[in-house]
Amino acid sequence: MSDLIPQLTQQVFNGLSLGAIYALIAIGYTMVYGIIGMINFAHGEIYMIGAYVGLVTLTAIGTNSGLPLPFIIAAMLVVAIVVTGVYGFSVERVAYRPVRGSQRLVALISAIGMSIFLQNWVALGQGARDMAVPSLISGSLQFNMGSQFDVTLPYSRMMIIVVTVLLMIALSLFIKYSRMGRASRACSQDMHMANLLGIDTNRVISFTFVLGAMLAAVGGVLIAITIGKLNPFIGFLAGIKAFTAAVLGGIGSIPGAMLGGVLLGLAETLAAAYISSQYKDIVAFALLVLILLFRPTGLLGKPEVEKV
Amino acid sequence: MANNTLKNATMAAILTAVIVMPVFGLQLVRQGARTNMETHWDLVALAAAVVFVFQLLRPWLARPFQQLKTSIPVLPSAPAGGNKWIIALLIAAAVIWPFFSGRSSVDIATLVLIYVMLGLGLNIVVGFAGLLDLGFVGFYAVGAYTYALLYHWGGWGFWEALPFAGAMSALFGFVLGFPVLRLRGDYLAIVTLGFGEIIRLLLINLNFLTGGPDGISGIPKPSVFGMEMARRSSEEGVRTFHEIMGWTFDNQHMVNYLYLMALALALLTLFVSTRLIRMPVGRAWEALREDEIACRSLGLNPTRIKLSAFTLGAMFAGFGGAFFAARQGMVNPESFTFIESALILAIVVLGGMGSQVGVILAAILLTVLPEVAREFAEYRMLMFGLVMVLMMMWRPQGLLPMKRPHVELAK
Repeated sequence: MSDLIPQLTQQVFNGLSLGAIYALIAIGYTMVYGIIGMINFAHGEIYMIGAYVGLVTLTAIGTNSGLPLPFIIAAMLVVAIVVTGVYGFSVERVAYRPVRGSQRLVALISAIGMSIFLQNWVALGQGARDMAVPSLISGSLQFNMGSQFDVTLPYSRMMIIVVTVLLMIALSLFIKYSRMGRASRACSQDMHMANLLGIDTNRVISFTFVLGAMLAAVGGVLIAITIGKLNPFIGFLAGIKAFTAAVLGGIGSIPGAMLGGVLLGLAETLAAAYISSQYKDIVAFALLVLILLFRPTGLLGKPEVEKV
Repeated sequence: MANNTLKNATMAAILTAVIVMPVFGLQLVRQGARTNMETHWDLVALAAAVVFVFQLLRPWLARPFQQLKTSIPVLPSAPAGGNKWIIALLIAAAVIWPFFSGRSSVDIATLVLIYVMLGLGLNIVVGFAGLLDLGFVGFYAVGAYTYALLYHWGGWGFWEALPFAGAMSALFGFVLGFPVLRLRGDYLAIVTLGFGEIIRLLLINLNFLTGGPDGISGIPKPSVFGMEMARRSSEEGVRTFHEIMGWTFDNQHMVNYLYLMALALALLTLFVSTRLIRMPVGRAWEALREDEIACRSLGLNPTRIKLSAFTLGAMFAGFGGAFFAARQGMVNPESFTFIESALILAIVVLGGMGSQVGVILAAILLTVLPEVAREFAEYRMLMFGLVMVLMMMWRPQGLLPMKRPHVELAK
C-alpha cells in the first residue's frame, strides 16, 4: 500500500493543531473588528506575551518541583490568561480608547505603534534572543496504517486540539447565553442603539479586548510548550496569519474565525508538505491577498454596505 | 471626586504591577541549557509608584496641558506657495554644507535624504490619496534589487539602471495596485502588507536569482559622468575621477558626491510631487481621500486615480532603492522588513499626512535622533512605537499639517 493515506493523515493532524492556534488568535481579531471595526494590529503581540508569561510561570514553579503535570500546565494557563487579560484591557484603554471615533487609519496606526512598542518592551525585559521552553509533554501516539510510514501524533499537539475545542464550545455558549455575551452581540449589531438601551458599551468593548487576549494567551502557552522555543518577535507573523484566518472565515463572525483558522492551518501544512516548506508563509500571504480580492466578506461573513 | 481619583490611581498601579512583573520583574536568564530567573521587585515597585503618582496628579497635570494643547502646538500650516528666495537659500546651503562638514555627518545626511525621498514618495500614496500602504518597503526592495540584479547579471552601471529601477517598481505598483485598490482602507493596508512580505520572502527564497538571504554584494558606486570614483580604476588604462581632476584621492569626495546625488534625487521627488498635487490628478487624489462616494458620483474613476498615486509612489521608492543599493554596495532581504515600512509611514504620519515640509522635518527628526542618542539604541524602537501611539492621540494631523481649504455648511 502506498504511503499516501498515512502521510495525509499526519499532515492533516499537524494542520489541525496549527489551525487551532490560529483560530484561538483569530477570535480576538474578529471580535474586536465585529464591535468597533478596527484591526487590532497588536493582537499578535498579546499572544507572544501570553507565551512568555507561561514560560515565566513555568520557570518560577521549576520543572522538577514534583508537582503533577496537569497542575503545572493549568497554572501556566491561568497566570497567562490573567496577565494577558490585563494587557488586553490596558492596551485598549491606553492606545485605542482615546482615538476611538476618529478615522479608521488613525486607530490602525496607533495599533501598529502599540505592536512595535510591545515587541520591544518584551525584548528589553526578557532579551531579544530565543528562549528555550522545556518540553513538558513528551511522547506521542504512533500507529501504522499498513505501510512503511508511521503516523506520529504527539500528545502536546493533541492537547492543543482538545483544549481549543473545549474553549470554542465554552465561548459559543458564553456568547449565546450569558448577559455579557448578549450585550456584546447587541453592540456588534448596533453600538449606538445598544448604548441607548442602557448597555455600558465601554465595558463591553473592554471585555471584548480582555476575552480576545485571554484566548490568544492560551494559544501562546500551548504553542510554546509544543514548539519549545520563543522570542519576542513571534507575534508579528502569527498575528498576520491569524488575521488572515479571521478574514478567510469572514471577519466579525466567531464561527468564521474558527473555520478560517483550521482552513489556514491545513493549507499551510499541506503546502509545506507537498510544495515546499520555504513557501508556506508565502502561501498564507497569498491566501490573504486572494480572499480579500475575490471575497472580502470571507466564507461566513455578511457583506458590508457603505452608506453615505 | 478625590476618592474616585484615589481609587483609579490604585487600580492603575495594580494593573501596572501586573504588566511589568512578567517582563521586567521576573527576568529569564539563559545559562547554558537551563533557564534561570532573576527577580527585580524594585522595577515593579518603581513602575507602580510612578503610575500611581501620575494618576493622582493627573487632574492637575491635565490643566496646563489643556492650555498647551490649544495654544502652542497649533504650528503654522505649511505654506501653499512658499517663498522662493528662502527655498533657493536653503537649497544653496544644503549644496555647500558637506564641503565644510565631517564625513560621518555627511553620511547621516545622505541617509536622511534617502528617507526624505521615501517619505515624499509614500506621502503621495498615504498623504495625498489617503491610501494606507504598509508594504511600501516592497517597492523600495524592488528598486534596490533591480539595480543589484542588472549589475550582477548584466554588468549595468548605476545611471543606466536607475530609470529601470524606477520603472520596475512602478510596474510592480501598477500590477499589484490594480486588483487591490477596490478595497476599503484598512483591508488595503493589510493586503499591501501582505505584498510587501511576499516580495521579501521571494527575495529570500529565490536563491538562484537573488542570492537568497545573503543578497548581492559588490555593487559599484555611481560614476561621475562615466568617470569612476575610486582609488584605482577597475579597468586597466581608464583614468578615475580624481586622476582626471588632478586631485589626490580622498574618501570624502565619494561621501560628498553621494550626498549631493541624494539631495538631487530628493529635490526631484519634492519638485515632482509639489507639481503633481496642483495638477488635475493631484486634485483628484485629494478629493478622493476626502469622499470617495462623492467623487464617484461626480464622474471620477476611483480605481484609475488611486492607481496613478500608487504607481507614482512606488516609482519614487524604486529610485530610492536603487540609490540605497549603490550607497550600501550590497543588498539583502534583511533591509526590507516590515519595520522599515513602519518607519517610513511614521515619517509621513509624524510630519503630517500630505504636508511635504512636515515630511522632510520628520525624516530628519527620525533619522538623526537615533544617531545622536546611540547609547539608548535599545530603547529606540520602544520609543518609536510609543511616539506613534501618542501622536495619534494628541496630534493625529501631524507636527506640521497641511492647511486644507474647506467649507462647511452653516449649522
